[in-house]
Amino acid sequence: MTQAVLPPQIPIAEALKGDPSRRRRENFIRRLFLGAAAVSVLISAAIVLSLVGRAVTFITNVDLGALWTSGWFPRRGLFDIKTIVVGTLIVSLIAMVVAIPLGLGCAVYLSEYARPRVRRLLKPILEILAGIPSVVLGFFAITFISPQIVQRFFSGSSLFNMMAAGIGVGVLVTPLIASISEDAMRAVPASLREAAYGVGARKRTTTVKVVFPAAISGIVASIIVGVSRAIGETMVVAIAAGATGGSIFQLDPSQPGQTMTAAMTSLAIGSDQVKGGEFTFESLFFVGFLLFAITLALNIMSERFVRRVREKY
Amino acid sequence: METATLTPIVQRGLRARERGGPFVPGEGRTVIEMADLSVYYGDFRAVRDISLKVEEHLITAFIGPSGCGKTTVLRCLNRMNDLIEIARVEGRVSYHGVDLYGKGIDPVEVRRRIGMVFQKPNPFPKSIYDNVSFGPKIAGIEGDMDEIVELSLRKAALWDEVKDRLKESGMSLSGGQQQRLCIARCIAVQPDVILMDEPCSALDPIATARIEDLMQELKNDYSIVIVTHNMQQAARVSDMTAFFTAEVAESGDRRTGVLVEYDTTEKIFTNPSEEGTENYVTGRFG
Ligand SMILES: Nc1ncnc2c1ncn2[C@@H]1O[C@H](COP(=O)(O)OP(=O)(O)O)[C@@H](O)[C@H]1O
Ligand SMILES: [Mg+2]
Repeated sequence: MTQAVLPPQIPIAEALKGDPSRRRRENFIRRLFLGAAAVSVLISAAIVLSLVGRAVTFITNVDLGALWTSGWFPRRGLFDIKTIVVGTLIVSLIAMVVAIPLGLGCAVYLSEYARPRVRRLLKPILEILAGIPSVVLGFFAITFISPQIVQRFFSGSSLFNMMAAGIGVGVLVTPLIASISEDAMRAVPASLREAAYGVGARKRTTTVKVVFPAAISGIVASIIVGVSRAIGETMVVAIAAGATGGSIFQLDPSQPGQTMTAAMTSLAIGSDQVKGGEFTFESLFFVGFLLFAITLALNIMSERFVRRVREKY
Repeated sequence: METATLTPIVQRGLRARERGGPFVPGEGRTVIEMADLSVYYGDFRAVRDISLKVEEHLITAFIGPSGCGKTTVLRCLNRMNDLIEIARVEGRVSYHGVDLYGKGIDPVEVRRRIGMVFQKPNPFPKSIYDNVSFGPKIAGIEGDMDEIVELSLRKAALWDEVKDRLKESGMSLSGGQQQRLCIARCIAVQPDVILMDEPCSALDPIATARIEDLMQELKNDYSIVIVTHNMQQAARVSDMTAFFTAEVAESGDRRTGVLVEYDTTEKIFTNPSEEGTENYVTGRFG
């Protein structure tokens, strides 16, 4: 018998340092992922920078009176910001009135009430719905929602109107809200539901008083994602809200209107280059920057809100 | 009379009599009665033909090897099994003579009277106060909520430790405190029976001892059924013990739980009638 099979004796201090090549590999991988994270930060910064320059050019050079007029007609030098901001608010509000109850209702049903087999069937359908291109929904809004719903209930509605656009955006956002909040509610441990049932809670009490508060951060996140998406949604509004080129300031949702996004696209696709009066081109960047600021503010606000009401399990 | 010479069980009976007893095994009123109870999960019969009576103001322990259906039986007693889609119950479970699975019985009303403490402490991610007030609030119990909360926490032997931090999250407590909070939450709805499913299995010995002491206090007001895999615990705390085991079913290779023997704890641990019980309580298997 020999002892040749034993590994060579390495001093313990060396052995504990481990294999240097493995450590190098580990480091390399770490840098790889760091790189990926850094790229996304850089891209965000680049977006902001690309907007800021011309936005500042716009705001410092434009006649400030042009920012408060009777409508958004950038090619004629009328940049009434309130027209497109209010338009955006109206469309997003209508979208959320549709999407929050529908989305949360869906989520509650799928997470709390649906039998496993029904859920297995419905969840993928929901995810497919979430992937429908918004152009398709724009057409749906203009060919179905507007004539069949809006014009039927609001006589005198224009075929192109903010309400049809809002409902269309709401339909677009519903699966998003449903899916994210369903995940959040399903992640609430079954033991908490049992605890509620154990002291004589009914299903709806359990859902409202236990599951909902425990899932609140996910639910609020879903709504914020939904609002951001609604504010940022372009195609449905561009097709259905009916304000190519420009829009008069008005608050009636059964009439055409303009949102910030639609204003940007209609400018950008109006011709092969943005023409018009002075700073028409720059106004695009200013509106883009405003959009960015609004969604950022929304995210920060929701973060604060969630931290305050969150029930951490 | 020189009580020290009497066996503990008789001493306890005497003390119970002073309170207006008779809380002696075999002499009390029946709270819950199971008759030929079988439970199925889908096609699988998890337990079969269980018949036993749970008596008032006693601690009844369910012991037996893991997987023999103790939890399954316990969850039938307050219709907690209704929550499991595939579970099906056969036979009869009656509570003060009323069939719990009878027509028109609302499981929610059942659970208000027959509360449950779970194996793993499961406080709500709410404040300590809200954890305790949850049950009485949804049940619409009238009265000063602060008082109900304090009384429940006192009964659960937790008040002194949490009275200055009622607004803190129940999740911030230690495991043993969390379990006592769950007991307080259960007591707050003023149930009649408390079901406990291995309430100490996630706790250290000191926390376990506290809960066991607490159970002795609680049995003055409640009837308690406790599942435990810890035989010493059953011997220490319970008045009555039911020994379950799993036997190989006629068909298939899954094992069905059966009740082997049900008697006073003293009898089960010192002089059981069945060989299987004796083997189990003395640590000899097979
Ligand atoms: N929800 C369930 N679905 C299917 N089978 C279950 C379920 N719960 C328990 N069982 C089965 O029933 C039997 C008894 O389980 P259980 O009552 O948990 O035993 P114990 O509490 O004595 O360990 C086991 O074979 C277990 O696999
Ligand atoms: Mg069990």
